[in-house]
Amino acid sequence: MSTPLTAFGDGALTSPRPPPPAAAGARCGAHITLGGVVKAFGERPVLRRLDLAVPAGQFLAVVGRSGGGKTTLMRLIAGLDGATSGRVAVGGEIVTGLQSQVRLLFQDARLVPWQRVLGNVGIARGPDWRHAAARALRDVGLGDRGREWPLVLSGGQKQRVALARALVSRPSVLLLDEPFGALDALTRIEMHRLTERIWQEHRFTTVLITHDVAEAVALADRVVVLRQGEIALDIPIDLPRPRREAGDPAAAALQARILAAV
Amino acid sequence: MSGSASEGVALGAVPGIAAQSGPARRVRSLRGLAAGFGRAALPWALPVAVILLWQAAASLGFLSSRVLPAPGDVALAFWRTLNDGSLLANVLVSTRRALIGLAIGGGIGFALGIANGIWRPAETALDSTLQMLRNVPHLAIIPLVILWFGIGEEAKIFLVAIGVAFPIYLNTFHGIRTVDRGLVEMARVYGLSPAALFWRIVLPGAMPSILVGLRYALGIMWLTLIVAETIASSSGIGYMTMNAREFLQTDVVVLGVLAYALLGKAADSLTRAIEHRMLAWHPAYQGRRAGLAS
Repeated sequence: MSTPLTAFGDGALTSPRPPPPAAAGARCGAHITLGGVVKAFGERPVLRRLDLAVPAGQFLAVVGRSGGGKTTLMRLIAGLDGATSGRVAVGGEIVTGLQSQVRLLFQDARLVPWQRVLGNVGIARGPDWRHAAARALRDVGLGDRGREWPLVLSGGQKQRVALARALVSRPSVLLLDEPFGALDALTRIEMHRLTERIWQEHRFTTVLITHDVAEAVALADRVVVLRQGEIALDIPIDLPRPRREAGDPAAAALQARILAAV
Repeated sequence: MSGSASEGVALGAVPGIAAQSGPARRVRSLRGLAAGFGRAALPWALPVAVILLWQAAASLGFLSSRVLPAPGDVALAFWRTLNDGSLLANVLVSTRRALIGLAIGGGIGFALGIANGIWRPAETALDSTLQMLRNVPHLAIIPLVILWFGIGEEAKIFLVAIGVAFPIYLNTFHGIRTVDRGLVEMARVYGLSPAALFWRIVLPGAMPSILVGLRYALGIMWLTLIVAETIASSSGIGYMTMNAREFLQTDVVVLGVLAYALLGKAADSLTRAIEHRMLAWHPAYQGRRAGLAS
């Protein structure tokens, strides 16, 4: 395969499909199904025959130790990597590469330093991107920061910009790869509330990868514990929203159950 | 200077304090003005002192004009060559050669750097050859170049082009290869086309390194041109100085050296200006412009 830019290690299977028109209304979430998914790097299996169904609009948290296969799972759903065997489908369509309906928040915000905040949010451009980007920025509470360079923002603000960037194309699936891990405790709680509010407004299916059990219980409808490439626990979290960050005995009991399985 | 001025404005804005201002404050601000001037003048003290000493040594006969002309004589030579038009003509000829050579060699180096940076097969095919050629001192092929092109324009432009191509190639290649892969992956996930990925992520990411290559190339550009014009030429600053040597006009020789120095400095300042413009997002180029430009 000799397309240009091969030097960057083309992890994606195919080039992304064209993004939908920015004017399209809010899409509902898409359901995600994994059937008998195996992913091995060389001889070492990271995911062993994983079966998982995430209904449309659900907020799923995947918890586990480092090296348990969490990030691998997320990269399969995003279409950044292909499964060794088994099938991954989003919205009923088999994932064969990057999809415009799936957006990803990385551990580091990955803002482009030489684009202003607004240019970062509208990084994919497209028709009328300035308006869409400005609206997304307002959505995350940074409506007045569009003209600034990303490097002057705080860690929490950078993740807000990254969230706005994910929202611009109105995705039906949002994947969060420990995006709050590097933030201080107060900023993290703020980001939890923001993420929850935006999820409730947009109703996309959300998969949060985290090693923080309290974070998973505070945000998710359902927690899956991934241990050595297998699902060790799969429990619903039916606590009423908005939830308290600490001091809720029911949440504490759920956290204890999850911790025992991790 | 600016510090004391803004202080005056700030104090003046507060009525209670402004009332105290009088002769005492004026003296203080004058002193501040003098201090500011001193700070600005200080870097020039040493060169001015050296020139004065040099002039004195020449005037008192310690320094023969056959070794080194007095600064005054150089100034006179400047005036003379400026009036007969030869200085400007030679500077223009040299600048033209330098810029054409830079455009050709820099363009080739840039294109090869981009191609090898983003496309592995090109790197496999070309990089080791380029590394071999890079290690040949380009001035070593002057005899060959004279055989090929004579002493016409092509010879000088060819040498400059070869000299500038490699630093620009290396830094472009390196810049592209060290672009943050996290950003490239992000751009793919967010649906950027290969062209958008190149223009919005890869090229700006490589730009700091490319500009380092450009500055390095500008130094090589003038150096190559000086050597080429001195050895084989019938016009240009190098020719002017070699011609002056035949007539023992050391003042014109020194003038030629100064002209090269000024042209080199001008090229460097231009690159700095480009850097400030293109790297405005970079923390090192924000704010304290003056401090960094010195």
